[in-house]
Amino acid sequence: MRTLEQTTQEILQLAAKQFKVAEGSLNPEDDFYKKLGIDSLQALDLLSRIENHFRIELPDYEVQGVSDFKTLAERIQSRL
Amino acid sequence: MLDLSKFSSIGEALREALETYATDVCLIESDRNEEKLRLTYRDFKERAVALAKWLQDTGFAVGDRAAIIMTNQSKWLISAYAIFHNGGTLVPLDYKLKPEEQWQLLKHSGSSVLITEYPIWRQLSNAPGREAATGIKKVLVTEAPAEADLFGAMTWEAAKAGGTPEFVPRTRQDLACIVYSSGTGGIPKGCMMTHGNYLEQCVALTSLYPFWPGVRYLSILPTNHAIDFMVGFFGPFTCGAAVVHLRTLRPEYVREAFVKYQITYVSLVPLVLKNLQKGLQARFDELPPSKRWTLEALRNINKTLTRKQPRLGLSRRLLKDVHSAFGGQLRAIIVGGAFTEPQTLQFFYDLGIPVANGYGLTEAGTAVTVNDLKPFRADTVGKPLPGMEVRIVNPDAEGIGQVCVRSKTVMAGYLDDEEMTAEAIVDGWLQTGDMGRFDHTGHLQLFGRRKNMIVTEEGKNVYAEDVESAFEGLPVKEFCVFAENYIWPSHSMVGEKLLLVVNLGTGQAFPEELKNLIIARNNRLMNYKRVHGIVVHNEDFPLTASLKAVRPRLAERLRKLDRDAVIVTV
Repeated sequence: MRTLEQTTQEILQLAAKQFKVAEGSLNPEDDFYKKLGIDSLQALDLLSRIENHFRIELPDYEVQGVSDFKTLAERIQSRL
Repeated sequence: MLDLSKFSSIGEALREALETYATDVCLIESDRNEEKLRLTYRDFKERAVALAKWLQDTGFAVGDRAAIIMTNQSKWLISAYAIFHNGGTLVPLDYKLKPEEQWQLLKHSGSSVLITEYPIWRQLSNAPGREAATGIKKVLVTEAPAEADLFGAMTWEAAKAGGTPEFVPRTRQDLACIVYSSGTGGIPKGCMMTHGNYLEQCVALTSLYPFWPGVRYLSILPTNHAIDFMVGFFGPFTCGAAVVHLRTLRPEYVREAFVKYQITYVSLVPLVLKNLQKGLQARFDELPPSKRWTLEALRNINKTLTRKQPRLGLSRRLLKDVHSAFGGQLRAIIVGGAFTEPQTLQFFYDLGIPVANGYGLTEAGTAVTVNDLKPFRADTVGKPLPGMEVRIVNPDAEGIGQVCVRSKTVMAGYLDDEEMTAEAIVDGWLQTGDMGRFDHTGHLQLFGRRKNMIVTEEGKNVYAEDVESAFEGLPVKEFCVFAENYIWPSHSMVGEKLLLVVNLGTGQAFPEELKNLIIARNNRLMNYKRVHGIVVHNEDFPLTASLKAVRPRLAERLRKLDRDAVIVTV
């Protein structure tokens, strides 16, 4: 089973790949809307990619109001 | 469609619809690839009446207020009908608000009943503010897991009683809903909407965009939003149409739903519409040159043949693949909640997909003007709907002035705020705060706002004052939040931004630590409420006797500054 740290790193990698930014430029505390310059729909796209990667289903309400990678990772970790 | 002139209330009209269209499908609920629920009007009635009876037995009486905080789903509409059946007032709240904001509005609305979903309730019950909302006597939660701690609530599923609940009649003047157009974090603006407001609006809208049994409306905008409440509930129900709810709004499932359910209408905010445009354009760009050339040719033919009015059958034949991707039955996309860029509207119209763009605000009972498509005009927000009187007040040399509206759809006022109501409705005319003019064909064009607010592409209204609490306690002499357009009017309603203006004291520099502190505070706000820039203005703000900043005077002073030079982007 992955640790929270591993989960967080994998999310950062997925986000960096999807939105074509350097992997090292993203930090767990970053606000992904701001850092990646994305809107709520692009965030949903990222979520779909994360679901496929971790093979989980994350209901929309679970990520309501979440805007940083760290909290997102915690929500995902709780479903692994 | 039912003859709505016969009815005095939403509840009465819906009750009739449940009988008239008993065997037609009214609701379909899908989660990802799986259809979870399909109800006929008769099934709906069975469920709603059982809840209505339970509410009645537990003392919910005429005029009592009940709030709903739910994502789009069948139980939202069932609960709403049960409230109306009992002569109650519905308070639809945004499930996307923060829990403390929801508590604030629950308290302000005077709701005694709350109907919500378990995950939302779990957050609400642990959030500050609950102790202040003491008026909430009963909480019903849907989808609670077995054995879950309900934090004092009871399950929605258990709230049913046998027997026939008495139907409680209401008049057209009675309060039907309290709809919050904004106000979280500041002064709540609870629009008091009457039954007459909704009945009149429904007649006006369906005269241009009719529903009938067999029509399928895809409900994506939150149902608490005035548009979805009208075109995703009351409108289709009074015409015997069906509403499709999706439990997840990931773009891939939304795309599938169009095809799977042969959607007739959908309402979107501009952000989603633009996303659809982007997706389609990317697919067009990937086509081999010969196919791209053919598509262009067909699009041009369609454009020529639909110049005067839409010709759906023809467009579907000409651009078969595009229309098939939308299920082949789409008649129009309704766009609302914010201003849409003309080039996006034109993109869809050229493909034979009319976009019903318009202009409206909650205070006016949703839509004021809508494009009647005769002909389609991407550069305007259409003509006034039947029953709407719209005039331009104090026009300047270019004919641009404040848009004012008088109609039976205009709200009764703001809840518990006579002063704000008197400012908003003058001699029966709603002062919208939006600037516009009519062209020679009677179409309304919009040119910015005179209100200190922004509307995001996601359809969120954000008043500058409501964001200020996030910056309380900053080590500055004084501060104020403004809409950039309010200080420097740009005649545009897209890309609106908020600014934080700070006074550090005469001659004081702007330290990096303060900037970082502001950024940290800013990041605590929901993304659509954040300020995009800081203006350092080390001159004392003009103040009222109660020491509040006089915003119009301060804005006037700031207007003289060079915008590009003074804004520090965050």
